[in-house]
Amino acid sequence: MEDKSVKIRGKVKDGVAKVKVLISHPMETGTRRHVDSGELIPAKYIENVVFSHNGKEVLTAFWGTSVSKNPYSAFKIKSAAAGDKVGVRWSDNTGASGAKEIALK
Amino acid sequence: MEISTTRRGFIKGLIAVGTLLALPATLLAAMVRPKVAFDSKAIDASLKSLFGDASIEASDKINLKVPEIAENGAVVPITITTDIEGVESISVIIDKNPTPLSANFNLTDAVAAEVSTRVKMGQSSPVRALVKAKGKVYFTTKEVKVTIGGCGG
Repeated sequence: MEDKSVKIRGKVKDGVAKVKVLISHPMETGTRRHVDSGELIPAKYIENVVFSHNGKEVLTAFWGTSVSKNPYSAFKIKSAAAGDKVGVRWSDNTGASGAKEIALK
Repeated sequence: MEISTTRRGFIKGLIAVGTLLALPATLLAAMVRPKVAFDSKAIDASLKSLFGDASIEASDKINLKVPEIAENGAVVPITITTDIEGVESISVIIDKNPTPLSANFNLTDAVAAEVSTRVKMGQSSPVRALVKAKGKVYFTTKEVKVTIGGCGG
């Protein structure tokens, strides 16, 4: 899956995988106004993110508008090995989505 | 088992029954975003929507790592870890944000009780980390001072 919206880094140490994920997304709250026109910028933010390990969903995140632009998340998988697959799938309030899967190092 | 009338409780019930019948954990995929909790401008309403009538108590077993002073309210790093056993969810509430609930992470046994994220803060505010485990809810709070707000743009 080649999806440029998601960057995943995952490293295994002593059987535990530390996974870091960056998603490029504006995370627009819907309350900000355009600098010139003064018009409200419509809300566009990620609502759901599902993290998986070898295809099994291990962590489900629900986000509101106050998660920062280009969201960063990190978590740990208790039992993992190099080569295991780690995936991320997101969807936002406008129906846009993205997904990526990588192999752990 | 007590019959729960909330959707979340109902799904939990389904999962519990599913475990008894050794059904696959794919039922977890049926998790639904707690929309009311996220849209709510009042913390109490968010808590009620997230946790129902579960008791909520302060705990020193939650480590909430936030900067004391955030120079940029648009990007405030948060890491929450806990020693509490059987963690089901970890949530972040920023008291003075227009919609206080920021994130709600739902954990499975496969992941450690440790999540990191970054949030926007409109002004200095207490930040609460809430951990749900075995039907109980625990929390800890830290004050974060914001020098430039992250919501006005």
